[in-house]
Amino acid sequence: MRRFFLFLVLIAALAAGGAWWISRPQVLPEARLAAIAAVEADAERGRLVFHAGGCASCHAEDGAEGEARLVLAGGHRLESEFGAFVAPNISPHPEAGIGAWSVGDFANAMLRGVSPEGAHYYPAFPYTAYIHMTDRDLADLWAFLQTLPEADRENDPNALAFPYTLRRGIGLWKWRHLSDDWVAAAPSETLERGRYLVEALGHCAECHTPRDRWGGLDLARWMGGAENPSGRGRIPNITPAALDWSAADIAYYLETGFTPDYDSAGGTMASVVKNTAELPASDREAIAAYVKGLAPVAAPDAE
Amino acid sequence: MISHANGLGLHAAAASLAAALALAPAATLAQDFENQVAARQGQFKIMALNLGMLGGMARGNIEYDADTAALAAANLVAVSQLGQEFHWPEGSDNIMLDTTRAQPSIWEDFDDFASKWQDYGTQAAALAEVAATGQEALGPAVGALGGTCQACHEAHRGPELN
Repeated sequence: MRRFFLFLVLIAALAAGGAWWISRPQVLPEARLAAIAAVEADAERGRLVFHAGGCASCHAEDGAEGEARLVLAGGHRLESEFGAFVAPNISPHPEAGIGAWSVGDFANAMLRGVSPEGAHYYPAFPYTAYIHMTDRDLADLWAFLQTLPEADRENDPNALAFPYTLRRGIGLWKWRHLSDDWVAAAPSETLERGRYLVEALGHCAECHTPRDRWGGLDLARWMGGAENPSGRGRIPNITPAALDWSAADIAYYLETGFTPDYDSAGGTMASVVKNTAELPASDREAIAAYVKGLAPVAAPDAE
Repeated sequence: MISHANGLGLHAAAASLAAALALAPAATLAQDFENQVAARQGQFKIMALNLGMLGGMARGNIEYDADTAALAAANLVAVSQLGQEFHWPEGSDNIMLDTTRAQPSIWEDFDDFASKWQDYGTQAAALAEVAATGQEALGPAVGALGGTCQACHEAHRGPELN
């Protein structure tokens, strides 16, 4: 009996050690960081990456228009069943923002969800999508962010429920959910661009795909619509099972916010349209092509 | 013993009266504002129909016609001139009702809501100025008008209900 008990303790210790090992924050390999640092960055090109990435939707002030969308003081609250995540200041301010970071720090944050201090970020920051970013886009975006105004707003703490306050646990979540595999096939150049804009930069699935109880995306219902995490209503299913707009309609919506019935985008999607309106028409067409090619996801029978 | 029972009965009667009184204002609050919601949604449908004419011409899906464009734009201006006082009673929001996507933020910051409605009127008037001048003027003017729709929707309209 005593030996059996010791055996159990040993197993538990091994499991705890294994979980601790699995959950450690993992940064990019040196070679990748060197490749990113070697990119001759183009800040103007980074502006498009910035808009495609939707950075302003969370890091600029809520409802900001025009130039105010370039002041990345943070403060937007993302409400969820785990609590509220508060977007931080990512302006180039050296103390309040991320002005003291290196491009390598930025790369580890964006592509691996690890802070310069070596802590996990919560996946409310969509590094699960940004993990697909190219070195060039990452470096160009970093260069663009340097050109933006400094903001001295201090960060507010997240308002999360226990046990989600334990950041180390995010490591286990990443082990399950952080992957650089694409979801959709991309058999043409346009679809490949569309997939990059949707699955990587635009992180559309973060809202349009339902989640499991641990907050991981349900890949079998990719873009099939989801509960609105921040309140009433639903985020719509945008697969061809529910959305019958033409590709031209989708591109026009992403440019103007008008649906084919001339209703207009609302809520967080209005902010997304402000971003997509800044992209070249070919990018909006690529997104539309990708959306038209999504695998249809039927509505759940009953809820 | 009997008086005690009576006491209880009185208590019960008093309790049910209190409950009835407590419910009465709630019942008033829980009215569905059916007419007000239908009226305001109707005006947005009028906007959508007329914007559809102009947007369709701007995109080349509908053949441009100066008179049609002018009429559609005039209708958009006319909607902007409807007094909104009766359309937005307090409590007719998407927390209280299942029939609307109007968020409580409208009533929390009614000045902001009113100023966004005014922005719509300004852009509708600008669109009406140019609508009859040619097809190429429509795109930018419709786009600017759409920006005012989205600014208000971003702040004050919730997601789809189902």
